Amino acid sequence: MLSKIVRTVTNEFMLFILVFGFYIIAHGHLTPGGGFQGGAVIVSGVVMLLVAFNSQELKKTLRERTLSIMESTGALIFIALAFAGIGTAFCYNFLVGSPIFGRIPPTGPNPGDIWTGGVIPLMNLAVGLKVVAGLSAVVLAMALFSSGEEIEE
Amino acid sequence: MRKVVGLIVLLVVIAFLVNGMLLPVIHPFGYPDASDMDDYIIQNAQEETGSNNVVTSVVFDYRLLDTLGEATILFTAVMGVLLLLRTEKRRREGS
Repeated sequence: MLSKIVRTVTNEFMLFILVFGFYIIAHGHLTPGGGFQGGAVIVSGVVMLLVAFNSQELKKTLRERTLSIMESTGALIFIALAFAGIGTAFCYNFLVGSPIFGRIPPTGPNPGDIWTGGVIPLMNLAVGLKVVAGLSAVVLAMALFSSGEEIEE
Repeated sequence: MRKVVGLIVLLVVIAFLVNGMLLPVIHPFGYPDASDMDDYIIQNAQEETGSNNVVTSVVFDYRLLDTLGEATILFTAVMGVLLLLRTEKRRREGS
């Protein structure tokens, strides 16, 4: 565990990292980024927590069972959304034009609208959940393994 | 027997490679492929998928199956790391 200064700054910065990562995930269909990139940003915050506190402290909050449930939920939402458009084709974007995320932007450069993209924002959220949970589990397992502890069930 | 089968497979692969080099069926290196698909996606992505980010509309709509494969790779990697590290710990405790 590092000094009190580092721990306090980490605690303050964690909120901003979470907000920024969620912004990148949620605006994946408007600005550069998406589920994978935003998830990696949030996991960088988890790594910062791991550096500032030690892995035994983090093990009490981030349980491996919760992380596996989160990752499997993300994968299931992804596959369910891909199968939901099977009336036309597998992976069909069936939500364009519907009330949910269904607005269609004008062609050409425009400022953008969050309520567009059909199934794409939902897919981004699912992939983001999956990446956050998966990479956190990997980083935590490696840290616990190198410190000689076992990951908590 | 296995050597003979392996030799036959090797010969078939070599035949395919030589065939590909001799016949001009493969697109020549350094020249861009036909750009019909790119033009179609650039012009129609916004009204077809509703996404302003055309790259995301390719990754998450036109080529969603590819992204599904990426997510599967991540899932398999996480599963492998967790399995491996946990088994190592148990083996050390057991001995």
